[in-house]
Amino acid sequence: MDMVPVSRGATKDVLAMANLEVDLSKIQPGQTITVKWRGKPVFIRRRTEDDIAKANAVELSNLRDPEPDSVRVKNPEWLIVIGVCTHLGCVPLPNAGDYQGWFCPCHGSHYDTSGRIRKGPAPYNLEVPTYSFMDDDKVVVG
Amino acid sequence: MKRLSIIKQPILSILNDHIVDYPSPSNLNYFWSFGSIAGICLVVQIATGIFLAMHYTPHVDLAFMSVEHIMRDVEGGWLLRYMHANGASMFFIVVYIHMFRGLYYGSYTSPRELLWIVGVAILLLMIITAFIGYVLPWGQMSFWGATVITSLASAIPVVGNSIVTWLWGGFSVDNATLNRFFSLHYLLPFVIAGLTIVHLAALHQYGSNNPLGTNSAVDKLGLYPYFYVKDLVAWVAFALFFSVFVYFFPNLLGHPDNYIPANPMSTPAHIVPEWYFLWVYAILRSIPNKLAGVAAIALVFVSLFSLPFLNTSPIRSNNFRPIHRKLFWCILADCFLLSWIGQKPVEDPYIIIGQLASVFFFFYFLVAVPLTGKIEHYLIKYKS
Ligand code: HEM
Ligand code: FES
Repeated sequence: MDMVPVSRGATKDVLAMANLEVDLSKIQPGQTITVKWRGKPVFIRRRTEDDIAKANAVELSNLRDPEPDSVRVKNPEWLIVIGVCTHLGCVPLPNAGDYQGWFCPCHGSHYDTSGRIRKGPAPYNLEVPTYSFMDDDKVVVG
Repeated sequence: MKRLSIIKQPILSILNDHIVDYPSPSNLNYFWSFGSIAGICLVVQIATGIFLAMHYTPHVDLAFMSVEHIMRDVEGGWLLRYMHANGASMFFIVVYIHMFRGLYYGSYTSPRELLWIVGVAILLLMIITAFIGYVLPWGQMSFWGATVITSLASAIPVVGNSIVTWLWGGFSVDNATLNRFFSLHYLLPFVIAGLTIVHLAALHQYGSNNPLGTNSAVDKLGLYPYFYVKDLVAWVAFALFFSVFVYFFPNLLGHPDNYIPANPMSTPAHIVPEWYFLWVYAILRSIPNKLAGVAAIALVFVSLFSLPFLNTSPIRSNNFRPIHRKLFWCILADCFLLSWIGQKPVEDPYIIIGQLASVFFFFYFLVAVPLTGKIEHYLIKYKS
């Protein structure tokens, strides 16, 4: 692939920003933090037992973009999603809306505690970026 | 041979025939002044805009500061900017009144179809120009307005996302976006000016309609001096109205959040477009499906463009159309209602009110207009 050097893929300044290490130790249960990754907001939510139970209690056939909670998380305690509403690109507000996940103020999309679209105009669930846990307190996004 | 006065000689004679001696119906009321006022608005926007552009910097790190620089440091800069920002609002007020005038008196009907169509094209360009102009100060509303509106294109199947990337010139609304918006914001007003000439050419093919909607060939007066003097009164009144906003309430029609520099990491809790977009925005938000919402906006403009062909009434003026006249007031009220809904949060009862108002909007153009013409025709022919 290196034979096609100039026009393809991301430039070096972008690649340098491609991975982001985040310290999770300060995040309280129920809290959501927003980090900036590749120019976009990423939400990291430390879910409570209640959040997780809610995310699993839903009938998949009732979802607009059906995905079980288990494929959207690596560790159920941590939900990591890109903070860009799949409707028209606003940043939704955490712990808000009819499903206590996110609420997008722009045109009223409600996401649940798994970041799945439940009500309003957005067509898809909040996107899950690639990430991996380094240890219990550290995650690398990208 | 008698020498013609200079204004009657070639080239100038065109101006003379079209804007000096031009015969106009003697019964025009003040609603006919809004066309020339719209022309004044365009000139004001271009004149103030050119001077703003001398001090404005289209860069994400500098745009916001350069607008504040215009406001604080440039001699008379605050006046230029407040005239330009409020001038956009005035332009829309004037053009909306101008359009409802056409709707009430049936000025869009045969033989003036082309005139109306060019008018709707001008409205569309004005909407685009004002939208990208509002992005230039690079405040929170600028940024999130730009994000949401450009993302509308992502609803288009298959190619949508590529179109959005192409509009942005990158992977988000950023410097490339701001730069191209500035370039287009400078260009489009001149396209509007060109279309205005086409609009006038279309008008002068058949001449002005009038409040009775009848053929007025028997009773016309020269534009100069009669209608210049009449329009002058309207221009002065308009200048006073405009001044009240510029000098006393310069930020009333804007949104305070646009004095917060753009922040791509957080969306303001209530993003609302400028007041003049609220009616279409309400229609967009009333439909809880992305593609259908965008399709509805397209249908708004299709309805407006095809209005002359949807009309079935041979009678133009609503003064003589009692049934349709009621519907006219309903569609006017409906646009106010939609505008009110457009700035409310998306929750009950606003959702359902917005949906009903949107349905009525399309009902008026696509059902009521064709049908009432037929019904009135039937009543006149068989029941009188
Ligand atoms: C159809 C005519 C036009 C309309 C409707 C229009 C509308 C607007 C609007 C709504 C803004 C944002 C104002 C604010 O909130 O600060 C703006 C800004 C701006 N416009 Fe225009 N404009 C027009 C023509 C022009 C022209 C011809 C130029 C110059 C060549 C121009 C140059 C600018 C500049 C430099 C800004 C940024 C400064 C500012 O935000 O005040 N505009 N325009
Ligand atoms: S951008 Fe989120 S609901 Fe429209």
